[in-house]
Amino acid sequence: MGDPGTTAGAPGPTTAPGATEPTTAPGTVAHLRIYRRFVRARIRADWQYRASFFLFLAGQTLVAGADLAAIAVIFTAVDDLVGWSGPEVAFLFGASGLSFGLCDLIISPVEHVGVHIKAGSFDTFLVRPVGALWQLLAHDFALRRIGRLLQPAIVLVVSLRLVEVDWGPAAALLVVLTVVCGAVIYGAVFVVTSSLAFWTVETQEIANAFTYGGNVTTSYPIDVLGTWLRRITTFVVPLASITYLPAAWLFDHPLPSGLPRAAAWSGPLVAAAAALVARAVWALAVRHYRSTGS
Amino acid sequence: MSLDPPDRHGYRHTPRSPFGGRSAARTRTTTRSGEAHLRLYWEVARATARRMTTYRAATAAGVFTNTIFGFVLSYVLLAVVRDRPIDGFDATDAVTFTFVTQGMLMVVGIFGNEEIAERVRTGDIALDLCRPYDYQGWWAAAAYGRASFYAWARGVPPFLAGALVFDLRVPAAAGTWVAFVVAVTLAIGVAFAWGFLLQLAAFWIIDVRGPSQLGWVAAQFLAGTFVPLALFPAGLEGVARALPFAAMNQLPVEVFLGDRTGGGLLAVYAHQLSWLAALVALGRLVLARAVRKVVIQGG
Repeated sequence: MGDPGTTAGAPGPTTAPGATEPTTAPGTVAHLRIYRRFVRARIRADWQYRASFFLFLAGQTLVAGADLAAIAVIFTAVDDLVGWSGPEVAFLFGASGLSFGLCDLIISPVEHVGVHIKAGSFDTFLVRPVGALWQLLAHDFALRRIGRLLQPAIVLVVSLRLVEVDWGPAAALLVVLTVVCGAVIYGAVFVVTSSLAFWTVETQEIANAFTYGGNVTTSYPIDVLGTWLRRITTFVVPLASITYLPAAWLFDHPLPSGLPRAAAWSGPLVAAAAALVARAVWALAVRHYRSTGS
Repeated sequence: MSLDPPDRHGYRHTPRSPFGGRSAARTRTTTRSGEAHLRLYWEVARATARRMTTYRAATAAGVFTNTIFGFVLSYVLLAVVRDRPIDGFDATDAVTFTFVTQGMLMVVGIFGNEEIAERVRTGDIALDLCRPYDYQGWWAAAAYGRASFYAWARGVPPFLAGALVFDLRVPAAAGTWVAFVVAVTLAIGVAFAWGFLLQLAAFWIIDVRGPSQLGWVAAQFLAGTFVPLALFPAGLEGVARALPFAAMNQLPVEVFLGDRTGGGLLAVYAHQLSWLAALVALGRLVLARAVRKVVIQGG
């Protein structure tokens, strides 16, 4: 994860006066060490306000809980959703929610880039000899976001006991891959949509459509979607590969749009491609950065 | 906004954005009359609406998001009710419900905001409370001002986008539209009063983001913005219908769908008005308590 983070903000002197390119950029390991230190400091800071922390944690848990409650309500009204049983949809919700929660914990602070651009404080990130993205991720890290992944994690574990799957090493591997690749894909979506802020500053909500909207979409079998929207989520914004394709493989449902069964294993490929795209877009965006007032 | 000349009552109003940073309106009241106050709230609402028009890109982005959510949630609901309507709630109802809801979210303000809490945290509240206007009234005016902008900028476009793909139910009778506008107006009040209460928690716990999030997610769910109340199990539906949250979304949308006429419509208004009165009164009570415990640094 966090692959795109290695892209150090490297603006030329013409694009951002005051920002200089580090002559010897630290490597990934050094970055990780610095990141870990930043994060630890953030956690210590948050921990000073314990009541706030727990109340916020409860809030985050309830946010994920409301999505689950929506699914529960739907299944009190029907027995199956386009051929998917309750536990199967619960699996989708759990896997999608856990991926999203992981990404929310680690990558979602990139959302705040617009705030830093507006305030001009993004400059600070650029003059330090550490990748701007790493700093941004550490700067707004909040442990309370863990509330967002706890509950889907529990749902995932419970659903795995309820669904009928021929468990073998392949199936188990696929579940793990699904969660990890899902987190990377969401992370890439976060980075790409947040990069828009370098051009438009205040379009954070567009990002919400893809990130939070993506999370809702991948919590349901995408067969429910209309054909046009299903194609978009399969081929354009690769949300289907997050949970739907692997789940269809696990539960022996037909894959959409006539995809071969092997497509269920496309997660790592899609994740790698998404991470590369995100990295390129972020680098482009940072190069485009002009400080405020110019 | 420029300085308005003294009006015919001889008062000089400087209504500006009531939000952080800039100074709030100063009313030089030589005498205080209800009319002057009404004028102030009117100006606050107008200034807030005008302020909102500045954020064009943000508005477009928001419409996009509401539209995407509208489509996804519509398709999910369609999968549930397409073949088998539940309690008379059919496919057209489902998609119409979803897109009206998406349009109403920002109008009603069901995501909440923390402007008042922020002023408590920074201490700006001390200045606010010195000023000769009703604090709750001021923020209510801002909420209605914002809603008036969102109504056309965020409310209508997602519905139109939905209508391109789905067969949406559009009220034919003018009476239904009027009834709907009244219901939405009351919904804005109920949601505002709920948010006002939540934010007053800042007087006691400073960081209200947690409780605020709890309060609003619960409101969204019980208002039927995730799943319409019609699909809730009977017991839960009964509880949700009794709570104030139904007044924020579920009931106005039912009015739009034409499910509420005559006595049913009156029941909707009675529900909305009684919760509005209760929450507003509770908000005033809590504010009065809170003000007594305000300690300003250095004072």
